[in-house]
Amino acid sequence: MTEPKPDKKPEPMWPLYEVFLRPRNGLAHKHVGSLHAADDEMALQNARDVYTRRGEATSIWVVPSKAIVASAPDQREALIEPSSPENKPYRHPTFYDIPDEVGHM
Amino acid sequence: MPGSDQHAHLDYLLRLADTSLILGHRLSEWSGRAPTLEEDIALSNIALDLIGQARPLYARAASLEGKGRSEDDLAFLRDPEEYLNLQIVERPNKDFAATMARQLAYSTFAELAWQQLKGSQDPDIAGVAAKAEKECAYHVRHSAEWVIRLGDGTEESHARMQAGLDDVWMYTGEMFEVDDVDTAMIAAGIGFDAAALKPQWARAMAEVIGEATLRLPGERWMSTGGRRGIHTEHLGHLLAQMQALPRAHPGASW
Repeated sequence: MTEPKPDKKPEPMWPLYEVFLRPRNGLAHKHVGSLHAADDEMALQNARDVYTRRGEATSIWVVPSKAIVASAPDQREALIEPSSPENKPYRHPTFYDIPDEVGHM
Repeated sequence: MPGSDQHAHLDYLLRLADTSLILGHRLSEWSGRAPTLEEDIALSNIALDLIGQARPLYARAASLEGKGRSEDDLAFLRDPEEYLNLQIVERPNKDFAATMARQLAYSTFAELAWQQLKGSQDPDIAGVAAKAEKECAYHVRHSAEWVIRLGDGTEESHARMQAGLDDVWMYTGEMFEVDDVDTAMIAAGIGFDAAALKPQWARAMAEVIGEATLRLPGERWMSTGGRRGIHTEHLGHLLAQMQALPRAHPGASW
């Protein structure tokens, strides 16, 4: 068996990346999925090959999954619940009559 | 003499179409077998790009020939010695490093070639070239990234990448040959001068190989003849598989 070079210790498995696409200018990047890649540059290439085969994107972001800080499901009561429509109905602007002249908002 | 020019034109179209189709088929052999899911899709994408380049060229060749053959007939009902592809593209996939070495060598050439052919007097060739140039630019980028990572990777990946390059090198000379068919097509404003592209190709290859900490393969004997129907033993096996269904069930459709 060949020994790897000491400064290039191979990862047991490629790191995971999250992929975000912007379909059109003016829209925000949207999460579409994840993939494995050897490094950042390859992650961008893989994202292009896996997620944009039908011209879905004008711009691609890839982010190492480990860089994402996510809310935990068990913190739902403190983080999410208080601002639900049931608890803060007045934050949802459903009480106003919109004049017809406004058209589509 | 219009007769001989038309013959050269037909050969020229088939050389371009066969080279794209055969490499496309070779890469499709990785489908479901690539090292990772991501790479599986990437290789299949490249395969589809190449087969997509071949199709309009076969259609053009079929109509130029005027014998009632279709693009499918040209792809599926010709024997190895009638195929006019470069030998480099029929080389077996071997391991992933060998596949990337072959891809880098061919795609670097193909990008330059399609750049030239964008100005072809044959509107079908010019049309394919405009699309193919961009596709091949991506194929170069994809394979170069892998050659660099495998070359500058572990001892094992470095050794395999070097073996892949050494192995494919004797099939790179044919890409830059200019024979009587080329000369006639250059004179007609249809073809390009492949020999003139060699210095640019060699520089691009040396750059990637250097960054990959690999050794540039030296001068050696170059295999040739693919564009005149002389092939390695591998093309027959490839065609046997690729053509099995249309030959067993003539006229079959989805």
